[in-house]
Amino acid sequence: MSRPITLQILRYNPQNAASRPRLQSYTLDKADGMTLFIALNEIREHQDATLQFDFVCRAGICGSCAMMVNGRPRLACRTLVNELPDTVVLAPLPFFELIGDLSVNTGKWMRGMSERLQTWLHAREELPDLRRIEEKMEPEEAEAVYEMDRCIECGCCVAACGTAQMRQDFVGAVGFGKIARFRLDPRDTRTDGDYYELIGDDSGVFGCMSLLACHDVCPKSLPLQTQIAFLRRKMVSQALQPAVAQTAN
Amino acid sequence: MQHIMTAFFFCNAPMSESLFVVQSGLAEALRKSRLPGLLDVLQSVTGLVLALFMWGHMMFVASILLGKTPMWTITKLFEGYFFFGKSYPGLVSCVVAFIALVFVAHALLAVRKFPASYRQFRAIRAHAKAMRHGDSTLWVWQVYTGFLLFFLASAHLYQMLVWPQNIGPYASSDRIWSDGLWPFYLTMLLAVELHGGIGLYRLAVKWDLLPASRAFLKRLKWGLTAFFLILGLATLGAYMKIGYEHRFQYGERYTPETLPGWLLPFAPAKDFSGLYPVEATFGKEAS
Repeated sequence: MSRPITLQILRYNPQNAASRPRLQSYTLDKADGMTLFIALNEIREHQDATLQFDFVCRAGICGSCAMMVNGRPRLACRTLVNELPDTVVLAPLPFFELIGDLSVNTGKWMRGMSERLQTWLHAREELPDLRRIEEKMEPEEAEAVYEMDRCIECGCCVAACGTAQMRQDFVGAVGFGKIARFRLDPRDTRTDGDYYELIGDDSGVFGCMSLLACHDVCPKSLPLQTQIAFLRRKMVSQALQPAVAQTAN
Repeated sequence: MQHIMTAFFFCNAPMSESLFVVQSGLAEALRKSRLPGLLDVLQSVTGLVLALFMWGHMMFVASILLGKTPMWTITKLFEGYFFFGKSYPGLVSCVVAFIALVFVAHALLAVRKFPASYRQFRAIRAHAKAMRHGDSTLWVWQVYTGFLLFFLASAHLYQMLVWPQNIGPYASSDRIWSDGLWPFYLTMLLAVELHGGIGLYRLAVKWDLLPASRAFLKRLKWGLTAFFLILGLATLGAYMKIGYEHRFQYGERYTPETLPGWLLPFAPAKDFSGLYPVEATFGKEAS
């Protein structure tokens, strides 16, 4: 026998001056294997075509369908409705620019963060010779880089971060993860002195209060706690170095 | 008056190049300051010192549970009685002065993390409530208890700094019962144990230097908080009971008739009345 589930969805259209944020209820039957993403599609197809939400891959890879499920950020495509209570509140991710209803523009913020933290490879040669065989990398190094590269930029860590909710200029765990990834990459020529210039302040790693919700909600289970702590220790040792050593870096 | 104030504050201030760069809103274009890194470490170090001191302090204060003489012995130990043959409560003041300095530094560093506006307060409160995430909620508790401690710990430190001679089995009990300070100590006990326990847990996960899982650290944190809260409540109860029984002899100081054997070589000789020479050696406490 199927059981009904009620989704209370936060509706708001920032483009419409008359729109006010409100919770709108939709009820549908739970089904085996039904994800929240499928449920939302059901609602849009059969109950309310105006409902806005994002999705692309449906497999937890693209990071588009992150939303607040009963107050916690999760990927809709990775959340089974059978594991949820009978009434669930869905809201858009906070912090990011709201497009409408459950749809937010994470991409805009991610790009800004990427430019701010220069999250691309800073190789020795600006234009590498593509005819030459690639530089070798130890398998352990490649594994470590790949581990941090699994980030899908869904924004869950930033939405779960208490610091980010208070301070809009905070880099967030996704930013620290990127820095940690390039710091591990032997092809990147940047030193800790260079990384200090990117995250060595209170909107960077020293602003992190270690509430660790980022670590707890990350859909890809990235080791954010250890990576942020590692970066903090490295940046502190950079801060404590004599001025001469910093210049040399 | 304005000229005097300006001269007082700024007469020796260096007018460096960076001063004008920062004033022009171009600080981001400079090399990053090393100060935030230093302040981050200092916040952790001052917090660690205070939390460990608080636990040590709790153990010493709880000596009343073993009896009046053990508590008296510890008090006198810190006053140098067994080293100099005479009490110097000023020694306690020196320790209090150091802790007060660390406390002020920690308060100054930690307040930077507090919500600084209604918007920030509303955001973090709604976030913690809606997320129901343990560590985020603990942080909100740390803010509340930290705010309380600005006032409670300041008052307590001032009292101990100025009147260090009023520590002892009867003196402390009189202060707690007859002077009516037990609600103050009860509130401070709850605030300080929660704040310190959460703070030490946060230090452990923030720096990730201990070879222990976060789940274990959290269990350890709650275990230690429960232990020190129970110890603290029992200790406060003991002082209240002694204070109640001693209410008609308010102001009288405790002097042991006998000391443990191991302490005798360190204690001054008894006087003609068969008591330890309180009047002559205990300074202000006996006056």
